[in-house]
Amino acid sequence: HGYCICASRPFPERSESHLIFVGLQKIKEDVPSKNKKSQFVSISKNYRSVIRACMEELQQNAVSTQEGSLASQYGDQVSILLAIELIWNLCEVLFIDAAPAGSLLLHLLDWVRLHKSDVDARAREVLQSDSPAHHQSYWDVVISLVLQGRVDEARQVLSKQASLRAESSSVFKRMDVLLHTMPIFNPTGTQTLTEFDVKWRHWHEECDRCLQDNTFASNRHLETICKILVGDEDTILEQKELLSTWYHFLVTRLLFTHPTIKPPDLHYYAQSSMSMFLGLRASPEPLDIILLSAFEFDLHQVIKDCSIALNNWWFVAHLTDLLDHCKLLQSHNLHFGSNLREFLVLEYASGLFTHHSLWQLAVDYFDHCPEFGRVYLELQIERVPLDTERKAIKVLRICEDRQMSEQGSICKIMAKRALRNNRLGSALSWSIRAKDAAFATLISERFLQDYCNKGSFTDLDLLDNLGPAMLLSDRLTFLGKYREFHRLYGENRFSEAAKLLLSLMTAKIAPRSLWMTLLTDALPLLEQKEVKTQTTHALQSHFTLVKKFDEDIESTKTELLRLALARNLAMAIVKEGTIET
Amino acid sequence: MDPIAKYISQKISKTRWRPISPALLQQPEVFATGSWDNENNSVSIWSVGEHGVSNTDGEFDEEPQLLCASQHDGDVMDLQFLDQDRLVSASSSGAVMIFKLQPDCQALSLAHVWERAHRYSCDNTPCTAVVCRSPELVSVGEDGRVTLYKADQTEVVRVIENADSSTIHAVTFLRTTEVLTVNSIGQLKMWDFRQQSDSPAQILSLTGDRVPLHCVDKHPNQQHIVATGGQDGMLCIWDVRQGNTPFSLIEAHSAEMWEVHFHPSNPSHLFTCSEDGSLLHWETTSGSDMSTLLQIPVAAQPDTVCQQPRCA
Repeated sequence: HGYCICASRPFPERSESHLIFVGLQKIKEDVPSKNKKSQFVSISKNYRSVIRACMEELQQNAVSTQEGSLASQYGDQVSILLAIELIWNLCEVLFIDAAPAGSLLLHLLDWVRLHKSDVDARAREVLQSDSPAHHQSYWDVVISLVLQGRVDEARQVLSKQASLRAESSSVFKRMDVLLHTMPIFNPTGTQTLTEFDVKWRHWHEECDRCLQDNTFASNRHLETICKILVGDEDTILEQKELLSTWYHFLVTRLLFTHPTIKPPDLHYYAQSSMSMFLGLRASPEPLDIILLSAFEFDLHQVIKDCSIALNNWWFVAHLTDLLDHCKLLQSHNLHFGSNLREFLVLEYASGLFTHHSLWQLAVDYFDHCPEFGRVYLELQIERVPLDTERKAIKVLRICEDRQMSEQGSICKIMAKRALRNNRLGSALSWSIRAKDAAFATLISERFLQDYCNKGSFTDLDLLDNLGPAMLLSDRLTFLGKYREFHRLYGENRFSEAAKLLLSLMTAKIAPRSLWMTLLTDALPLLEQKEVKTQTTHALQSHFTLVKKFDEDIESTKTELLRLALARNLAMAIVKEGTIET
Repeated sequence: MDPIAKYISQKISKTRWRPISPALLQQPEVFATGSWDNENNSVSIWSVGEHGVSNTDGEFDEEPQLLCASQHDGDVMDLQFLDQDRLVSASSSGAVMIFKLQPDCQALSLAHVWERAHRYSCDNTPCTAVVCRSPELVSVGEDGRVTLYKADQTEVVRVIENADSSTIHAVTFLRTTEVLTVNSIGQLKMWDFRQQSDSPAQILSLTGDRVPLHCVDKHPNQQHIVATGGQDGMLCIWDVRQGNTPFSLIEAHSAEMWEVHFHPSNPSHLFTCSEDGSLLHWETTSGSDMSTLLQIPVAAQPDTVCQQPRCA
């Protein structure tokens, strides 16, 4: 797997690179391409600095950890990141920045210098020693600097030598002049590439003359340097240990034989450099193959090999996405119709989703996969564990913002869980959010059940404050109104209470099963003088209905009710009759 | 002033400035963060600027530095400083914990846990919020309980069982013995601990839809003024003496409002943060109207906001 090689690995690059990714997607299509290129290069550099920051942190961890196995794990991860940064940097030079001849070599030199940093450490060591010229690494440092084209620094180190030997100072002066006059192309200057080429050949001939004249015969080191300057491949190759990689050899070779190299010509030199450097015995590693494919400008091969060899979806997904924005990938339709970029981004994001906390980042990646992003998100979002209400709310917000249908099922899960734990208010809250009338009915049934069992309502704070939520389902409306009836009765507002009860039965909101209960509730009301004839009549008819449908109701109750209704009717008639007259 | 961003490898749920003694005239430089959704969560202490030194504008140029941290069992649902040296957290495991900070900020350790402060009969359930007024603490949770503690006592002082049939999302002290809670059916409930009964002293709610409320904060100087925010992003300012209508209603955000805070020394300023990705700064111009709005967009969904006293 390509994410967490060790569980405690920090992942600052995920959140920071997520931000870079989202920013990249927002770059408008209509911006002129020249401006876009500099933006893309800047984004590429941002990604690379994220990689480097992560490397630094891992390196610190490797140093500070006590455990041997953990330290080596960190070390491995650092190596992988080094390789990734190396490849990314080369891709930036060749594809994103797409430097033309002249600048190309300069960028390649920078690339090599960045990835061969031990030269600086050694140079410091030599210069800070008591007698730099006699330091055992002295000439290695000078030659390494020359190999990297850092001629001014080489001159500086050489000057330590020259001050010592007065008699051979002229030879050192000569070398100093050669190094000093080496032409370096200036892309921002007024000199054209052709003019530079002429100047460079001139200088090259000068170096060659020195060799022919045996100018440096007295000092084999200076002779070696001169041969390097002339671009003698065998001599350069002899510095294998100092070069340490075939691509360093390639760049050095180009520096001293063909500094105006054009991008399409790179691959020939790359191929031969690799063969010459590795020789017949060694075979190229996966990293070498990837770099070679890059020099051959075969982007698809680079991506393919990176996916296989490096086992790091983060890298291929982000790099491919960036290259796609640079319009460098021809849309290769894969079997299922999506393109390469989307495929890799989906893979990466899916992996993020399996991580316990990175799933939130993945959502933005899916958002920017136009073909299958939504489908993937719908499938994945349901698997996020909903440990707390707050997390469920965040998941819901993601669904609601994208009008996904999953919100119904999420609310239902939360509502069911609440109901199981007897949190009726919470359950109702979730039902309201989902506008789930069916579940609201279920909750109401629970309340009514509790009422029938206990004889009183639980959670009055909820029932008394249902507000417009009451209208979500008929059963819920009934519940609210029934509670209101009890309240009215408690406040001695009997006439209103009776009317309410009646309306509940008439409007057929009250479930049939509860009519008997309702009428029983009506019993004490009927004792009250305020209840009118009309109301009593109506209650009587309902009573008849109940009896019709429910054969086995308690006879005592029925009798009581019949009696009460009749008596009340009588009272009402008398009362109303009295008033009328 | 541009905000400074530092990327760390954890999702942060809460951040709080450490209180400084009023005698000192400087800005606080130490803050705590709580994480969530990680396999191993932690509470961490950070410092900005060099200890004791910040430039004349009170601005900080450097990234925050981690001073110390402690493991935290469960998501950090809420975090409050009890005093300079003690931090209280509400956990998704249902526990309430006190952490002790060494005076030189070199170490943070767990001092006390009230396990299962919030629970169902078989399961644990998250404690959603905690509020402190030293030495007292009050916690609330998804189980609808309100619990009162004293910092140095192992036994809880009082529990109001079934205070609410829905989840209580936030709580604030009104007076020394009174707290105000907000729940997921849009009600504000006042509780007086001097009363024996387990019923709320008062219930307030907006007429209209029962939108869940997520946060509440009391005006620093006026005990009856509170601000609430909820699922629909509405910012409401209430006078709890005056019953069911807030005197100010603003459509502040387009998604859940997670936190609202009055500025502690300058209460005509209010801050809100929301799931919609913004952190907003409000200002009262005159009397009780809220008008001007300054928007500070943030890249991700902020869950938390906390301001220093003595803002420049």
